[in-house]
Formats: sequence, C-alpha cells, structure tokens
Amino acid sequence: MGYTLNFNLIWRHFDKLWGGLLLSLELAVISIAIGIVIGLVLAVWYVSAGRVVRGVIAAYVEFIRNVPLILLVYLVFYGLPTVIDVAYSAQTSFVATLALYSGAYLVEVFRSGLEAVPRGQIDAGKAIGLTPWQRLIHVRLPTMMRITLPALSNTFISLFKDTSVASVISVPELTYGAQWINFNTFRIVEVYLVVTAMYLVTGYALLFALRLVERWYRTAR
Amino acid sequence: MATSSSDSPALLDIAEVSKSFGSVEVLRSVSLKVAKGEVVTVIGPSGSGKTTLLRCVNFLESYDSGSIRIDGREVGFRDGGARQRRSEHDLAAMRAETGMVFQSFNLFPHLTAAGNIMLGLTKVRGKSKSEARAIAEHWLGRVGLAHKADSLPAELSGGQQQRVGIARAVAMEPKILLLDEITSALDPELVGEVLAVVRSLAEDGMTMVMVTHEMAFARDASSRIVFMADGGVSAVGPPKEVLAAETTNERLRSFLARFRASQF
Amino acid sequence: MLGQIAYALPFLAEGFALTLWVSLLVVVLSLIAGVILGVGLVYGPAPLRWAVRIFSDTIRGIPILVLIFFVYYGLPAVGVHLQSFWAAVLALTLFKTAQVVEYLRGAVASIPKGQSEAAMAIGLTFRQRLAYVIFPQAFRRFLPPWINGVTDAVKGSALVSLLGITDLMQAINQVIGRTYEAMPLYILGALLYFAVNYALSYASRRLEQRFTFIRE
Ligand SMILES: Nc1ncnc2c1ncn2[C@@H]1O[C@H](COP(=O)(O)OP(=O)(O)OP(=O)(O)O)[C@@H](O)[C@H]1O
Ligand SMILES: [Mg+2]
Repeated sequence: MGYTLNFNLIWRHFDKLWGGLLLSLELAVISIAIGIVIGLVLAVWYVSAGRVVRGVIAAYVEFIRNVPLILLVYLVFYGLPTVIDVAYSAQTSFVATLALYSGAYLVEVFRSGLEAVPRGQIDAGKAIGLTPWQRLIHVRLPTMMRITLPALSNTFISLFKDTSVASVISVPELTYGAQWINFNTFRIVEVYLVVTAMYLVTGYALLFALRLVERWYRTAR
Repeated sequence: MATSSSDSPALLDIAEVSKSFGSVEVLRSVSLKVAKGEVVTVIGPSGSGKTTLLRCVNFLESYDSGSIRIDGREVGFRDGGARQRRSEHDLAAMRAETGMVFQSFNLFPHLTAAGNIMLGLTKVRGKSKSEARAIAEHWLGRVGLAHKADSLPAELSGGQQQRVGIARAVAMEPKILLLDEITSALDPELVGEVLAVVRSLAEDGMTMVMVTHEMAFARDASSRIVFMADGGVSAVGPPKEVLAAETTNERLRSFLARFRASQF
Repeated sequence: MLGQIAYALPFLAEGFALTLWVSLLVVVLSLIAGVILGVGLVYGPAPLRWAVRIFSDTIRGIPILVLIFFVYYGLPAVGVHLQSFWAAVLALTLFKTAQVVEYLRGAVASIPKGQSEAAMAIGLTFRQRLAYVIFPQAFRRFLPPWINGVTDAVKGSALVSLLGITDLMQAINQVIGRTYEAMPLYILGALLYFAVNYALSYASRRLEQRFTFIRE
C-alpha cells in the first residue's frame, strides 16, 4: 500500500552485498572441502569398522543432523571457549561448525555410495590381484564418486544457503549485508528482493555448473 | 454415417487408422474387423505397431485419422462424426466395455487379488461389496486361484499375478478382451498356466485380440492371424494360410523363418 | 551452578513448548497448502503448474533465514502488520509448503504409468483413478519423507529466536545471559532438539520398512 520501490540506496551500499556474497561462497567452499575429508575418512572407516566405532560415528552423524545449525553455531562460538582454552574469530568458528555439519551429512552420502558399489566389481578387483587398499583407491572410490556426485552437488548448494546463519555471529556474509542495509536505510523490501535474486542466481548457476561437471565425469572414462 | 455400422456385423471395426509419434508413422491406415466370438492374434516384428494398435482400441492412445468402433460406436470420439474427444466420463464408460491384460500385469499393489477385481465392479459397475466379492471369487476360481483371494500381488508368482490380471479384466464382462504379450514377462514354465486360461476363455466364446510371440498358441487357438509390419497389416487370414511355409509375402516369410529356426 | 539452571527449568520448558507449538502449526498448515499446490503441480493446467514450479523453486533456492527476515521486516513495510509470532509461522510455512509440494510430486511420479493405464482400462474416471489407485500408493511413499521432513520444521523454528520470540533457542540464550553457564545450557538444548527430531526420523525409517512391500 503506497510503498514505492527505490533501489538507489541499495546500489550505493551494493559493495556490502557483493562482498557478502563472495564471503558466503568462500565459507561454503572451505567448509565442504573439510567436510569431504571428514565424510570420506569416516565413511571408509565405518564400512570396515567394528560395532563400537560404528556406534560412535553414527552418534556423531545423528547428533548433527537432528540439532538446529544455529544452536551448533552458538555452541561452538560462545560455548566451547568457556570450557576449553581456545580463541578464534567468528569466521573461523563458523567454518569449523559448518565443516563438522557438512561432514555429518557427507558420511551418510559416502557410506551409502560405498555400499552401492556392485559386489561383482570388488570381486573382479580381487580376481586381478589388487590389495584391499588398491581396491579402495582404484575400484571402490571411483565408482562411489560417480554414484554420489549428484548428492554432493546438492549438499554444496544447501551449504551455500546455510552460510546465512553465520550472520547471527556477525560474520559479514550476504545475509549480514542485507540486515545491515535493512537497519541503516530501511529500504527493506528492495534489499531483500535483491538478496533473494542474488541467492537464487548464484545457487542455480552453481547447480547448473555442477550438473555439467557430473555429466563430464560420467562420460570422461 | 449411421448406415455404415449397420451393414457390418463386426463387433470391432478398425477403419484406416493412422498414427504418428512426432515424425514417425507408427500406424499406416490399418483396417481390421473382428466378429463376435472371434479370437484374433496379432504377430509381427518388434516395433511394427502391435502394441500401439491395441492401445488405440481402448483409447489409451489417441490416433490421428480413421475410426475405431465397438458395436458401432466410435471409441474415443463423440458420436456424430466430428473428431471431438469424448469427455473423461464417457471415455471411462467406453473403456469399461473393453478389457485389457498387460504385459507387465499392472496389478494394483495396495489391493489384494480379490480387491483388484472388485475395484471396477464396485466403482464402475456400481455393484455392492458382497456381490463384487462373489464375482471376484468366481473368476479367481476360474483361473485356479480361489485360495489366493486375499493375497497381495507381491505375494504371488508372475503367472499367478497375470491370471489375476485376466480375471480382473473379464470380471467386468467386457465385449472384447485385449491382450498384449501377456506371457512375455513370465518364466517359460509359467507361460502354460496363463495360456490355458486364455484358451478356456476362447472356448466360452470371449472375443479377443491378442498380441503374442507364442506361435504355437496363435496357430492352435486363433480364428485368424494378423501379421503386422511397418505399421500396416501385411497379411491376414486363418492360421493355416498365414503360417503356410510357401507364402509369397517376403516380410512374413523371413519373420516366420526366424521362429521356425527357434521353435517349431 | 546447577541450582541456577534448575531454577530456569520452567522457563526453558515454556520455550520448548513454544518450539513444539510453532512446529506443529507449521507442519499442519504446510501439509494442507502443500498437498493442494502439489496436486496443482502434477495435474493442474499449465499456468498453475508454472506458478507452483516458480513458487517452489524460489522458496527452496533461498536460505530460510532470508525468508524469515523478508516476511518479518518486509510485510510491515508494505502495510501488512502481523505479530512476530505469526510472521514467523508464515515464513516457516512457506518454506515447508515448498518441501511438501516436492514430496507429493515425487510420490506421485514414482507410481508406474501402468497403474494409471490399468485403472483406465477398467473404466475408472480421473477422480476415481486418483482416489482408489494413485493416492493410496502415493501416500505410502509420501509419508516417510514427510515425517522425516518435520525435523526441518523443528530445526528451522530455532531461527525465530532472532525475531525475539521466546522459543527454546531464545530461552536458552536468555538463561545464559543471566547465568553465564553457556556450555551446559547449549548441550541441554541440543539434547532436547535431538530427542524430538531423532524420534521423528526413527518413526520415518520404521514406516519406510513397513511400506516396502509396495516396492516389490
Ligand atoms: N509413446 C511413444 N512415443 C514415441 N514413440 C513410440 C511411443 N510408443 C511407441 N513408439 C514407437 O512406435 C513404434 C511401434 O511401437 P509398438 O510398441 O506399437 O510396437 P510393437 O509392435 O508392439 O513392438 P514389440 O513387439 O517390441 O512390443 C516403435 O517404433 C516405437 O518406438
Ligand atoms: Mg508391444
């Protein structure tokens, strides 16, 4: 009712949004890189481990998946330093949280991928005399990768969106930039329209690019 | 237009039906009449349009030109000549007049064997539950599955599932039964039990159009055989004529030669 | 220190109750809206299909937090005044509705085409096919992911604490503000969220096993 759109103030502060977007991407990329390592190691360990190790890994996965991200972010940033002697910036703290968070999701992705590798392939690997380690590197992981690539892409896109939670501990990513402009210019509708568009365009562009990578990976060998 | 149906005794009258998927012409002016009580089997190489023709008969598939009539009534289009698609409601009523048995059974997995048969009887024919149940049990008995009335499809073998599929179709008392390669998804040892059911229906006088690769069955059980090739009817006649070794039809001869080599 | 926390327990319980209340509202409202839009997406006329597709892809393409801020700060700016509680419920419902739409579409799409055809062949009308053949089967495929997805509503509800609504997350932060016992309280909160969500995902897995007979 009577609200007229005026984007001038948004463009004047656009550097806040642009810088925020780049930081969001950076947070997502670093987190998933660490998350992939966590996920791979734990998944490989899980499928060959005994009951106890499996139980511990499953507990980690289930805990992370069933607790809100915002609580984990608070817990690591405000909670942990009160009980152990560490000091870190909000940004480092958030990356650590998001890496642990994505790691939990990726353990599941990689585990089901490993279990989906056909028995026949593993037997064929044995038949030509590969050691267990060689079978893992040359047979199971490449096949698993092909199976899990789509899920990996999806996880990355969700992580990109999850970086918005970093704004609650004042990490100056995209959502933080939006709130800053919101509070300082009151061009609320405009800033959220622009930010929505930025998330959408970036997210779907990433998805498109990742689908191309998947296609390339599937046909490359 | 009304006169054309009265001068033909055919129960099913397919006249010059053509159909294309995109630029591929799948049916080329196909004509075929089937009289009441006839068993017509359709044979032909893969991709020749057998399935498509059958699906056109109950309008699971629409066609571009020509007409298909059952008892003188156009199946998919409104009475009165204009090619105007029937309403959803009328189509459902027309389809209830034909029965269809599918290659992949297509039983409803959430319903028991009896439930599969009762669904059409209660919802389309408007019969009471108990009446429908009695009919279902009758037909399950006919196909030798009286004891499986309350089993779910997943608990039945392929041959048993297909016999339920047949019972589901005939329980509706259709004027004509359409069967599309109903044994090709079955292990060889289960084919016989299903074909025996079809044979007994034929003996009862059920009108049937059946696509099959079972040459021995086509030879022994059908009144006529239709040989389709490239979307058209390439040969049609009594089994003895169509399956004769000395046929002059090139396509038919090479088609049959492949079968003789493997089966007869 | 434990005494202080014990003293705060009723306050935390109230916050927990609010978390459950918000989640319940969101789950029920989104189920209704999502099923209606989902049926529109699968069976509706082209303009409706496009509208629902754009709605769903947009909502799922942005962070929930952005959606919450947009609704909470944006509506008053255009003259719509909602209590922060209802603004939060609205935003979370939009987010969940898009999910429900996709669960429904996936469930219906997973029913083989032969099922529709067999139903047509015995003369069932469109509505009868949906009511007696498609939906009974789609329901079994819809239910497990939907129940599992309720956890997303519960987890998402923690973000409403940022609007000053005293849900469990906000209650925890307030108690920490008074007691400075950050770690025990965050862990307590995590365990409460975990208990609810784990129960839901467990139920979902059990149901999925029970329904496997449909898959053949
Ligand atoms: N829905 C469709 N879209 C496009 N092309 C189709 C479709 N259905 C069938 N066709 C094509 O129409 C042609 C005839 O198919 P049809 O299934 O009728 O053959 P058929 O004689 O039943 O073969 P088969 O013995 O393998 O079952 C084929 O070339 C097929 O690829
Ligand atoms: Mg066929």
